[in-house]
Amino acid sequence: MRIVCPFCGERELGEFTYLGDAKPVRPVAGASEDEVFDYVYLRDNVAGETSEHWYHGGGCRAWLKVARNTLTHEISAVEPAAGAGARQAVK
Amino acid sequence: MKYSIFSLARAALSGHKNWQRTWRDATPKDRYDVVIIGGGGHGLATAWFLASEYGIRNVAVLEKGWIGSGNAGRNTTIIRSNYGLPGNTGFYELSMKLWERMEQDLNYNAMVSQRGVVNLYHSDAQRDAYARRGNTMRINGIDAELLDLAAVKKMMPFLNFDNARFPVQGGLLQRRGGTARHDAVVWGYAHAASTLGVDIIQNCEVTGFVRDANGKVTGVETSRGKIGAGKVGMAVAGSSSRVAAMAGLRLPIESHVLQAFVSEAIKPLLPNVMTFGAGHFYVSQSDKGGLVFGGDIDGYNSYAQRGNMPVMEDVCEGGMALMPMIGRVRLLRQWGGIMDMSMDGSPIIDKSPVDGLYLNAGWCYGGFKATPGSGFVFAHLLARDTPHEEAARFRLDRFRRGAMIDEKGQGAQPNLH
Amino acid sequence: MTSSQSHRLASGGLIDRSASLNFRFDGRTFSGFQGDTLASALIANGVKLVGRSFKYHRPRGILTAGSEEPNALVELRTGARREPNTKATTAELYEGLEAASQNRWPSLRHDVMSVNQLFAPIFVAGFYYKTFMWPAKFWEAIYEPAIRRAAGLGRAAGVADPDHYDKAWAHCDVLIAGSGPAGLVAALAAGRSGARVILCEEDFALGGRLLSDGGTIDGVPAAEWLSRTLTELAAMPDVRIMTRTTLFGVYDGGTYGAIERVNDHLPSPPEHQVRQRLWRIVAKRCVVAAGALERPIVFAGNDTPGVMMASAMRTYVARYAAAPAKRIALFTNNEDGWRTVETALGAGLQIAAVIDARPDVSAAYRSLASKGGFPVLHGSVSGVDGGKDGVRKIAVSLAGGARAEVEADGLAVSGGWNPAVGLTSYHRGRPKWRDDIAAFVPDGAPPGMVAAGAANGDFGLGACLSQGFAAGVAAARDAGHSGKAGTAPVADDEAFSLTPLWHVTGKGKAFVDYQHDVTASDIELAQREGFESVEHLKRYTTLGMATDQGKTSNVAGLAIMAAVSGRSIPETGTTIYRPPYVPVAIGAFAGHHRDETFHATRLTPSHHWAMEQGAVFVDTGLWKRAQWYPRAGEKDWLESVTREVKAVRGGVGFCDVSTLGKIDVHGPDAGAFLDRVYINTFSNLAVGKARYGLMLREDGIVYDDGTTSRLAEDHYFLTTTTAKAGLVMQHLEFCRQVLFPELDVQLTSVSDQWAQFSIAGPKTRELLKEIVDPAEDLSNEGFPFMGAREVALRGGIKARLFRISFSGEMAFEISVPARLGDAMARNLMLAGAPFGVTPYGTEALGVMRVEKGHVAGPELSGTTTAADLGLGKMMSAKKDYIGRVMAGREALVAPDRQVVVGIKPTDKARRLRSGAHIIPKGQTPGPGNDQGYVTSVCFSPTSDQWIGLGLVERGRERIGEIVHAHDPLRGEDYDVELCNPVFYDPDGGRQRG
Repeated sequence: MRIVCPFCGERELGEFTYLGDAKPVRPVAGASEDEVFDYVYLRDNVAGETSEHWYHGGGCRAWLKVARNTLTHEISAVEPAAGAGARQAVK
Repeated sequence: MKYSIFSLARAALSGHKNWQRTWRDATPKDRYDVVIIGGGGHGLATAWFLASEYGIRNVAVLEKGWIGSGNAGRNTTIIRSNYGLPGNTGFYELSMKLWERMEQDLNYNAMVSQRGVVNLYHSDAQRDAYARRGNTMRINGIDAELLDLAAVKKMMPFLNFDNARFPVQGGLLQRRGGTARHDAVVWGYAHAASTLGVDIIQNCEVTGFVRDANGKVTGVETSRGKIGAGKVGMAVAGSSSRVAAMAGLRLPIESHVLQAFVSEAIKPLLPNVMTFGAGHFYVSQSDKGGLVFGGDIDGYNSYAQRGNMPVMEDVCEGGMALMPMIGRVRLLRQWGGIMDMSMDGSPIIDKSPVDGLYLNAGWCYGGFKATPGSGFVFAHLLARDTPHEEAARFRLDRFRRGAMIDEKGQGAQPNLH
Repeated sequence: MTSSQSHRLASGGLIDRSASLNFRFDGRTFSGFQGDTLASALIANGVKLVGRSFKYHRPRGILTAGSEEPNALVELRTGARREPNTKATTAELYEGLEAASQNRWPSLRHDVMSVNQLFAPIFVAGFYYKTFMWPAKFWEAIYEPAIRRAAGLGRAAGVADPDHYDKAWAHCDVLIAGSGPAGLVAALAAGRSGARVILCEEDFALGGRLLSDGGTIDGVPAAEWLSRTLTELAAMPDVRIMTRTTLFGVYDGGTYGAIERVNDHLPSPPEHQVRQRLWRIVAKRCVVAAGALERPIVFAGNDTPGVMMASAMRTYVARYAAAPAKRIALFTNNEDGWRTVETALGAGLQIAAVIDARPDVSAAYRSLASKGGFPVLHGSVSGVDGGKDGVRKIAVSLAGGARAEVEADGLAVSGGWNPAVGLTSYHRGRPKWRDDIAAFVPDGAPPGMVAAGAANGDFGLGACLSQGFAAGVAAARDAGHSGKAGTAPVADDEAFSLTPLWHVTGKGKAFVDYQHDVTASDIELAQREGFESVEHLKRYTTLGMATDQGKTSNVAGLAIMAAVSGRSIPETGTTIYRPPYVPVAIGAFAGHHRDETFHATRLTPSHHWAMEQGAVFVDTGLWKRAQWYPRAGEKDWLESVTREVKAVRGGVGFCDVSTLGKIDVHGPDAGAFLDRVYINTFSNLAVGKARYGLMLREDGIVYDDGTTSRLAEDHYFLTTTTAKAGLVMQHLEFCRQVLFPELDVQLTSVSDQWAQFSIAGPKTRELLKEIVDPAEDLSNEGFPFMGAREVALRGGIKARLFRISFSGEMAFEISVPARLGDAMARNLMLAGAPFGVTPYGTEALGVMRVEKGHVAGPELSGTTTAADLGLGKMMSAKKDYIGRVMAGREALVAPDRQVVVGIKPTDKARRLRSGAHIIPKGQTPGPGNDQGYVTSVCFSPTSDQWIGLGLVERGRERIGEIVHAHDPLRGEDYDVELCNPVFYDPDGGRQRG
């Protein structure tokens, strides 16, 4: 697999680390145990197009949001993940 | 027809023309007491135990493709019960005891071979962790031995003891561990279950659940029509999320690809099953002569049943670091299976939140060795509606309660288990 | 020497007759020529018997001339370089080559195991699943060892591989597999278009079937066209031709795997050269021109040595000038097979007969037969009379039902051709059936890949040229290159009229999979027993699972299954194709990652100094850390470590702790950021102060700990454990980038930038005064416990100084730029000499942390909560932080959790061991009363006994209780007391002093 890092260009799989589904969003402070449980533990685990967090640790250290198909491994889009996991500013 | 050397000899006289199908080719009935989704080892074992232990014979096993086409047919065939945490330890030992009588139970030679499993350690910390685990095993009545370097050298003189980056210091040995012929396990359960009246229905894909007004599951929609069921059990590891989604459930599971490899057949080289403690590599030699080996999962979610080169290289690097004598042995075939990676690395066997639907899922890469145990306790759950005592901790709500069974201590990130 | 080559033709071939090579097979010396393979050289010497089959140990000869060979497997080379299962058909001949037949005893001609053939009526497919079950214990003791000894093929060397392997990357626009006519013109077209091209050819010679079949291209003989084309390609700077290189797999994102056999054609690699090289090739487009494989017909006796694929026979004759037989019969179901007759006649060999399964033969070949004076028999081969020494007679069933016999010493067989669909199917695309050629052709190839020519099912030379050229132009264009490609070379298409014939029914064993001894009746049996799915068929009979991966057997096998199960071949389907296309040495995948270079080695800044001191090192992840510093006369590690601990506790010592992860946290929101990743608060930490912090995973379990100091209002310096250095950085970047983008904060990993030393002991301040600028106030008031600030050293160098203590003594940690680490160690030794400074290693560090009850790796096991570690009070109730909510789940706050407690044996002389379990006193150990375990132990010089830490159920409530340490693995059982985990200076007076 090769990922086109928006900062570094196309790089080999070995430079990246996988975290998981980028869909779950961290609940705000004060959220219930159920909400946080859902965020931490439950996954759609999609067979098909999905959006994921990858870390370019072997390069620019950017966290990326990668649109990838779990059936074919084809990658259709890559963007910086900045703010992707935040529901709103936590004060 | 009972299988034996005598029946073989008799059959030889008639040119083997009189053998029957190993399992009946059933067509779906309208309704069963229990419908099991998934004709892998776990599903078929469940059906057999339902029929043989619990007297429930009006059972169907529905398989999307051919039986054993999932992880039952693409694993590295290792059996062991060397787990360290309450919940796992007793369950895997139950499973090991069932392996030890499988062939006589099923009248099918699954080639269960207790050649020993050695987990090598390379540091004091690893030794201490194995000591803890081995003592847990002993306290649970399971065989375990802590080998020092001299013992490892004697048992496996071919390892790299001279110039290794991470020298071997010893190992944790379970002599009762070993391997079994994976396909034969599937066929053996199918054979025995079918003999007791279980319908095994291949090429029958479940496409949805039939629910009554209260939401209770009362059957399944399939590519071969609607099939009614008193209870529906899911044993579809790798695809658990997809099947559960048809019932509106989200699970603490991700699907990941695990690759495995086999070499060309060579004369006997490795006496036992071994795992490298300083890299991702484990290996055994099959009766046919191939080295069967694997390592870590690729690390990203996948349903593709194939992986990529970095892991392939990583695994072979581990192999060469451990025993550089395999350098000229050739890798013959690589393949990939889809793992139900759960959020704590341990399985889920429980009633689902949907009435009438039962879960057997989350086996990570440890499902093969669990096959008989999984079938036994899942049959118990389906028959009695209460968990078997050895599976009492494999509840779905353990994540919500914080009672994870996390052998690796990696937390809610499936690709690290 | 040529005289000994009884079957070498007088002229012709692409061998170099001036370079004679001696070689040995099964101890006999033969000679061959440069340009031979082991197989062609054996054929040239009249050798027919080359191997034994897997199950029945039947005598086998050479079937093919390529990497699809199922029979002619040998152990090549000797000693540590012995390579089992090497295909004689691809092994290049070299001077002194040694090969031995395998899987036979005592010799190839007299193999005792061929007795298995007597049991053949019982040894049918899957017989072992039906027996060997009684008594149960006999499997491991009797049956399995016997089966294992009989199975397997060649013998591995059994000792370390002495050769080196390399791994490399290559990038190109167009990657081409195969150098037959289609591959060469694809390279030509793509190269002319301006694309960067890599062409991989597994053979050592370029040209593919042109080398065997010849033909006319652009009006000139194929050989001339080939040489012209290779010259043009060689002149293109962006075209790279790699011979002896097999493209074996295709992975995601246009990444391909290839294996280059750099020096396998030599006895051993020249000095400083590798044996093989693994290539990872990244290509925008790939043209698969890997050709097609001729397939056998299944008939009784088809495995007799001397039965050979028709195309292989003409390869041996035309390319190697080696005659597999002198009187040849051909059994074919298609027009292409006849070309072997033409080649054989041209080489002066005799044709005994052609057995053609089709009702008609073309006029041209009819006249060839009458000219050549041999009969054309319309029918099938129904049996072969022969054995170890080859074919003698061939039985033929004629179309009308009559029988005939043909005397011949070789039988060429052509059942048609199967395109090499491996590469195109590795992404689980299933090939599709084409009726006109009765074969599967590629479908669903991975993105960017196309097949051309014979690999695409178009076998004619003209079609190969036009398709290959078009594919080359298209691939270059898709990759962004559209230079002038010119026009495709032209040639005529040969006729290929085929009437499918898979299996000639009759008496006698008819083999489908030669190597695994799978017969047609095995397939029928599998069907009878319900193994009708092709995957079941494969697994039950082992069809296609041999070292050739079923290249010659799979399609015939499923055709027979289709016939007996009443389905069509496409309905029956194919099994999943799996890489690698040819078996690849495990060593090649490992490359240089073996022995000491398996993984990188990280050295601490003071490593060389520590080596000079004679330190013993320990692996900590990739790091080598000084474990202890033995001194002359010390009898064991314990004595050294005890001395080091006493030296610190009584005077002063230092330890390189540079392996800790170090992260600079900058920005106005740095404090707020740390508040969210640690359970305790850092925003209220005063500038110039340090604080111990604990971070959780989002699931509420402890992740890591370390000390963080505030060096300025907007600058914190954070440390992590050695093990988690990289992971914590990754985690914090996730928090910063993904979760909390609104915070103005930046992270910089500075782990490798700073050398850090812990200096500990009551004389620490005196030592420091020798190296720190006298203007710096190191007094308890000027630099109190948990103080942190930059200081100047004597000479002006800036350092960071932290008054933190892991040992429990009065201690500082000092950071200097990494390049000064070595000098710092030497300086500390010099400056500390008057105070008896003692370097200490990780063991002494560990002893002192256990004495102080500090938690470390064994307690931070990934399953413990802050409260388990006795640090629950640190969890702030006033803020949100990672892991806060999940940490509150019921089972994580249950009162009966296992928590950290001190452990000491009631018998002071008793040694403790980590991993022992804790059982209530007086009870029999069992799963119901296994209450925890010992996590860390040490001999405490301060307490003068072994002490430890453990995780024990309700441990903190049970201080003073005597429990049982149970260690059956090591046969130890003894009483221990649960105690306060802080064994040393519980008030902490010493570190604050």
